[in-house]
Amino acid sequence: MSILFKNVKELVLEVDEFLSTVEQGVLIFKQGVYNYLDKQEDAFFDNIKNIERLEAVADKLQRKIDRELYLHSILPQHASDIEEMIDKVDEIIDAAKESLYEFDVEIPYIPDELINDYKRLVDSSVDAAAAVFPAVTTFFREPVKVKGMLTKVYFYEKESDKLSRNIKRRLFHEMEDLKLSQKIHLRYFALHIETISDKAELLADYLSINALKFNL
Amino acid sequence: MITLLFFLSSGLFLGWSLGANDAANIFGTAVGSRMVKFRQAAVIGSIFVIIGAVVQGAGANDTLGKLGSVSTLAAAFTVALSAAATVYWMTRLRLPVSTSQAIVGAIIGWNLYTNNQTDFNTLTKIVTTWISGPVLGGIFAALLYMLTRKVLNRVRFHLFYRDVTIRLGLILIGGFGAYSLGANNIANVMGVFTTAVRFPDIHFGIITLSGTQQLFAIGGVAIAIGIITYSKRVMETVGNTLMPLTSEAALVVVLSQALVLFIFSSQSLSNALVSLGLPPIPLVPVSSSQVVIGSIIGIGLLKGGKQIKYKVLGQISVGWIATPVIAGIVSFFLLFFIHNVFKQDVGFKTITHPAPVSQQQASDKLNAADTIVMHQAKQINKPVQNREGESSLNYGWIVSMFLLIVLMGVVYYFLLREKKMQVSEQEKIDDLENLVALKAKSLEQEMEHYKEEHQNLDKELKYQQKEMVNMAMNIIRKYEIVGQIKEDINKIKKSVKEDEARKALNKVILKINQNLLLDRDRESFQMHLEEHNSNFMHRLSEAYPGLTENEKRLATLLRMNLSSKEIASILNISPKSVEMNRYRLRKKLQIPPKENLTQFIRSF
Repeated sequence: MSILFKNVKELVLEVDEFLSTVEQGVLIFKQGVYNYLDKQEDAFFDNIKNIERLEAVADKLQRKIDRELYLHSILPQHASDIEEMIDKVDEIIDAAKESLYEFDVEIPYIPDELINDYKRLVDSSVDAAAAVFPAVTTFFREPVKVKGMLTKVYFYEKESDKLSRNIKRRLFHEMEDLKLSQKIHLRYFALHIETISDKAELLADYLSINALKFNL
Repeated sequence: MITLLFFLSSGLFLGWSLGANDAANIFGTAVGSRMVKFRQAAVIGSIFVIIGAVVQGAGANDTLGKLGSVSTLAAAFTVALSAAATVYWMTRLRLPVSTSQAIVGAIIGWNLYTNNQTDFNTLTKIVTTWISGPVLGGIFAALLYMLTRKVLNRVRFHLFYRDVTIRLGLILIGGFGAYSLGANNIANVMGVFTTAVRFPDIHFGIITLSGTQQLFAIGGVAIAIGIITYSKRVMETVGNTLMPLTSEAALVVVLSQALVLFIFSSQSLSNALVSLGLPPIPLVPVSSSQVVIGSIIGIGLLKGGKQIKYKVLGQISVGWIATPVIAGIVSFFLLFFIHNVFKQDVGFKTITHPAPVSQQQASDKLNAADTIVMHQAKQINKPVQNREGESSLNYGWIVSMFLLIVLMGVVYYFLLREKKMQVSEQEKIDDLENLVALKAKSLEQEMEHYKEEHQNLDKELKYQQKEMVNMAMNIIRKYEIVGQIKEDINKIKKSVKEDEARKALNKVILKINQNLLLDRDRESFQMHLEEHNSNFMHRLSEAYPGLTENEKRLATLLRMNLSSKEIASILNISPKSVEMNRYRLRKKLQIPPKENLTQFIRSF
């Protein structure tokens, strides 16, 4: 039995490490976009390398958690729910990495008057993700409190939607100097950044349903 | 030895079926939900059942003995066989059944057949516990559940630790449950043999195993074999028959059941209560299944009672009454069979003759004794039984009883068959309904998915069309502005007289014209246009192979509902040329004069 407790201790630590890795990844994403907007190329490439590393660590941890949940038959009735939730957390760092790659590969031209708008969008989107991680940690310890912690996530997600819409409107209504192709290109970048908050919202929905399930 | 084993076989069979069925009450949810491995559950269950039977089995057995002390081996065999057969058949017919109630019914059947008196005080005590057992289980479960919820809500337990703790709890409490099951229910299995079978005591150092304890150990092994060989199937199929259970609730149910069974079998606890001036606890075998049901209902009522399936509860209550009655009838009939066909002594109540006396005393008392015997014989209307225990019952009465039992058996058989058929038909209907519901649900989900996909595509399409129109409008506006600039330059050119200035203005006009020809926006727009309408253009080419690229492009622009002037701006040609192209297109598409070209293309 003590072996089982030891395994559980390891698993708890792995889940916590996984969450902290993803959280770090999201913060690196924010830094990366900031560096790109501020034309800090070296720092931006450092950020890409970091997020690649963190994403690889998160993937490895995710596989380990999946394996151990089944191997030690921990929470056998809810193992699939936990795995799906971990998967949804991992999707956030995946989206962040992909988004930074898009900046690196496509090198979008961002007019100076839009830089602040993009910064605000990144802030809001990353805030939504940052608000969902404590809820995941709480889910494992006090599921009853999870629902109250998700309000922030929904707020920042709505805010990101608004900011993204605002960028698109400015692009297509005010920026007459830009080519249409550039407008479309920039529109997609608003979408990429917004994806982080969308993923956070999906995770929040999942958490709220599962917290209810565990409280029954 | 072989004869003894043969006679014990019915009890062992009863023990086996008890182990196979009742172990699921202890470890069913834990194994079914994969919290505890079956092997672990079987080992713990088997060990503790035997320990419980040997250490604490005597209490409940005494009460059962008071109800009817089955005195011969053949009778004990028959009584246990009747109970086992009742349990087996009722289980097969999926009717709720309890070993405790079956054995009590069978003993009463023996009492009736052998003319032994049934102790109604003991019977009342036993029947009372059939009700108080589940009620007590319900009360314990409700209280323990409240306590567990409070503790779990207060303590910040990680879900993984909580899981392991509950698992540990299920194993420990399962062990306690198995111990209590052995202690309380061993009387059902071996109780009827304790009067007829006497083993000499065995000494293991400071421990001494009495004959009864040895008998209980054998019964415990039979229960353990039942757990190991057959309970896995029952555990794995143990579902949420009465109410869905969480692992915490399962833990509470097992603990309540174990407590109730322990209370109704603990002599020391009963003595402790007596020493405190309280009434003693009746030590009676209680049905573990019924206590589990009581416990589940207790939790269900605590949660508001909405989740309880009252129909299942009704069916269980019917089993409560039916089991002892059926077991009693079966026992009565089997005893008649064993007694009359196999000529076995089934323990008839005997009236002993006076001890042999001297001739003088005999002659003195002869008349009086004869009078007494004749008087007794008259009173009970039965012949006096001999020492071999030969039956002296009225055979006419037995035959009519036999016929009555056979008749009841036949009626019961048909009723059960009908019920079985109804059940199987209902099962088929349920399966079919479930299948239909599942299919409907999956279709609904699929439809929902397609609807969502369609909506997304529709949104995307609308967005892209909007983008195209925006793009077109940008080009048009640009062309208009450039056109106006051109006109303004022409006007200026007319008012300017210097040749150099005129030449410079001509150069500007030329640059504008060249730029318009090389307009990248237009190129990108045309590229987008072709890309997004490739399907339409393909269909058009297939239906009208004679169309040129320019005509297909014109058709695509008309499909976007743009006017000739707008099209002219986009294609950088004059509106007149657009009109001409429209005319040509119309001819090639063979559209009748009354039909609108744009509408024709949009509906194509």
